[in-house]
Amino acid sequence: MNIVVLVKQVPDTSAERKLNPADNTLDRDAVDAVINEIDEYAIEEGMLLKEAHGGEVTILTVGPDRATESIRKALSMGADKAVHVSDEAIHGSDVIQTAKVIAKALGTIEYDVVIAGSEATDTRMSVLPALVAEALGVPQLTHARKVSVDGSSITIERVSDAGYDVVQASTPAVISVVEKINEPRYPSFKGIMAAKSKPIQTLSVSDLGLGADEVGLGNAASQVVSFEVAPPRQAGQIVKDEGDGGAKIADFLASKKLI
Amino acid sequence: MAEVLVLVDAADGAVKKSTLELLTAARSMGEPSAVVVGAPGTAAAVKGTLAEYGAAKVYVAESDDLEGYLVAPRAEVLASVAGQASPAAVLVSSTPENKEIAARVAFKLGSGLLTDAVTVNDDASVVQSIFGGAVTVQSKVGGGVPVITVRANSVTPSAAEGAAEEVPVTVEVSDAAKGAKVVDRVVEAKGSRPALTDASVIVSGGRGVGGADNFSVIEALADSLGAAVGASRAATDAGWVPHQMQVGQTGVTVSPQLYIAVGISGAIQHRAGMQTSKTIVAINKDPEAPIFELADFGVVGDLFNVAPQLTEELTKRKG
Ligand SMILES: Cc1cc2nc3c(=O)[nH]c(=O)nc-3n(C[C@H](O)[C@H](O)[C@H](O)COP(=O)(O)OP(=O)(O)OC[C@H]3O[C@@H](n4cnc5c(N)ncnc54)[C@H](O)[C@@H]3O)c2cc1C
Ligand SMILES: Nc1ncnc2c1ncn2[C@@H]1O[C@H](COP(=O)(O)O)[C@@H](O)[C@H]1O
Repeated sequence: MNIVVLVKQVPDTSAERKLNPADNTLDRDAVDAVINEIDEYAIEEGMLLKEAHGGEVTILTVGPDRATESIRKALSMGADKAVHVSDEAIHGSDVIQTAKVIAKALGTIEYDVVIAGSEATDTRMSVLPALVAEALGVPQLTHARKVSVDGSSITIERVSDAGYDVVQASTPAVISVVEKINEPRYPSFKGIMAAKSKPIQTLSVSDLGLGADEVGLGNAASQVVSFEVAPPRQAGQIVKDEGDGGAKIADFLASKKLI
Repeated sequence: MAEVLVLVDAADGAVKKSTLELLTAARSMGEPSAVVVGAPGTAAAVKGTLAEYGAAKVYVAESDDLEGYLVAPRAEVLASVAGQASPAAVLVSSTPENKEIAARVAFKLGSGLLTDAVTVNDDASVVQSIFGGAVTVQSKVGGGVPVITVRANSVTPSAAEGAAEEVPVTVEVSDAAKGAKVVDRVVEAKGSRPALTDASVIVSGGRGVGGADNFSVIEALADSLGAAVGASRAATDAGWVPHQMQVGQTGVTVSPQLYIAVGISGAIQHRAGMQTSKTIVAINKDPEAPIFELADFGVVGDLFNVAPQLTEELTKRKG
């Protein structure tokens, strides 16, 4: 079973994230970049499927050159190889354009399943996996907390607001996973060393047969017009419980007319 | 006046409050048309409410195929209604499933997608709150029909009479859209308390609560406030409460008037789901807990003393 895992590099959530006033896009140089946390669960699930069913795990990332750091980390967890789509022309693309790029790149790889994380911490859109399924015309098995494979049939438990839905499809399919699904492994020393020599294929937009007018900020359908940094939250009042903590909260709520 | 399509969310024959919010927003943008996509019989139950909130038309797309397969059939139907109506915008409420539907509709229409709007302007531009509320952005769709998902509680629903003229839609689901079959829908938890996303007050418990039985402390406090109950991942992973109650990065994102965090440290992933709440109160025995950085009011103390006392005070003051 050949598996492609979609891995995104995102700004570290614990740092102050910024937009670039020049073009209102995410300032990726301002902060440390890390692998999108949930994508580590996607990589782990890919590794588990490979260990149970054989095949290869390929990492696919669309992002600037520095995303190579995240790709190396993914390879050190055990993935076999990577495809990195990197092109200045992609800067500022919206999620639909990114999905088209990913779908095109998937056309160059042999796969039975594509596994993504359920949400990226920077955009928090949670729609890319569904869009990739749409673009490829293959089934979407998203927000999975459990994945089981039986031959070419895949069954997932999709988290819902009432519990979970059991959803079934045949390969090829696009899966996205939530963090309940597994516990990602740490890269071993051996894995880190091995990752250094694993192949990373770098592709440009034209390598994928896409026109420069199909991607990028200038051609994105949705655009940020302006932005404003919200005033920081005012420091609140913290008191020590002297046996009246509950009553003090009630007083506070009353003062705010919340009760 | 241009039509504005609103995808209807209904459960147990009742229209969800988030849909009433969308109808209210749609009225200032144009003429609201409700789109009912579901199993046969769905529209009949909800038409009255849609009329009360100003729906001029009600597109009725009903078929068993819409329930039996994941996301793709609903997206096909909504895109085909949008293709014919050429509306000023398509509005859906921001749930994980609706966001996927909206994305696929925007893809099919060749237009643009805006997710998690907190304000929808009359010209279909929107305001979004990003990076955990640290930055507010104004966005728009450059060409084609904007497809917009709107966060719950962004609009105050108000009633206004609408004709609710029924427009039947023929549902033809393509084979490609029948790829992901819903074999079973398992209901794990359904309480009498308000749903997290709709709630204006939420009381959440974390690892500090210490066990499933102890959660009664959280529930009692919630009930005294008419609040919904939430939890941190530590509490859902431990199995004390079902995962649907998880607030945060990978749980529900909420923005209530009041959020009370009890025995929750305030990890970045938890904050991602609640830090835009209007007022935040925290109870934690560790004065260094990061949740206090967000709190408008915090009590450093044992939750088993502070929370029951608060419950008692609230009950007394109501009395
Ligand atoms: C990919 C990923 C996604 C995640 N998504 C989420 C998410 O959506 N939501 C989420 O919540 N977490 C999420 N997490 C987990 C998150 O990182 C934290 O581990 C989790 O939020 C911690 O929960 P907690 O605050 O209840 O537990 P802890 O961090 O253990 O905090 C417990 C707190 O209770 C206090 N306490 C203990 N006893 C008492 C007492 N008697 N009285 C008063 N206070 C007491 C302690 O001082 C402590 O501050 C995610 C993690 C990952 C890696
Ligand atoms: N540029 C990208 N390159 C590779 N994978 C991506 C990219 N953007 C998003 N993804 C994948 O899609 C998931 C959901 O992202 P999003 O829809 O942006 O919240 C992520 O967890 C990744 O697995």
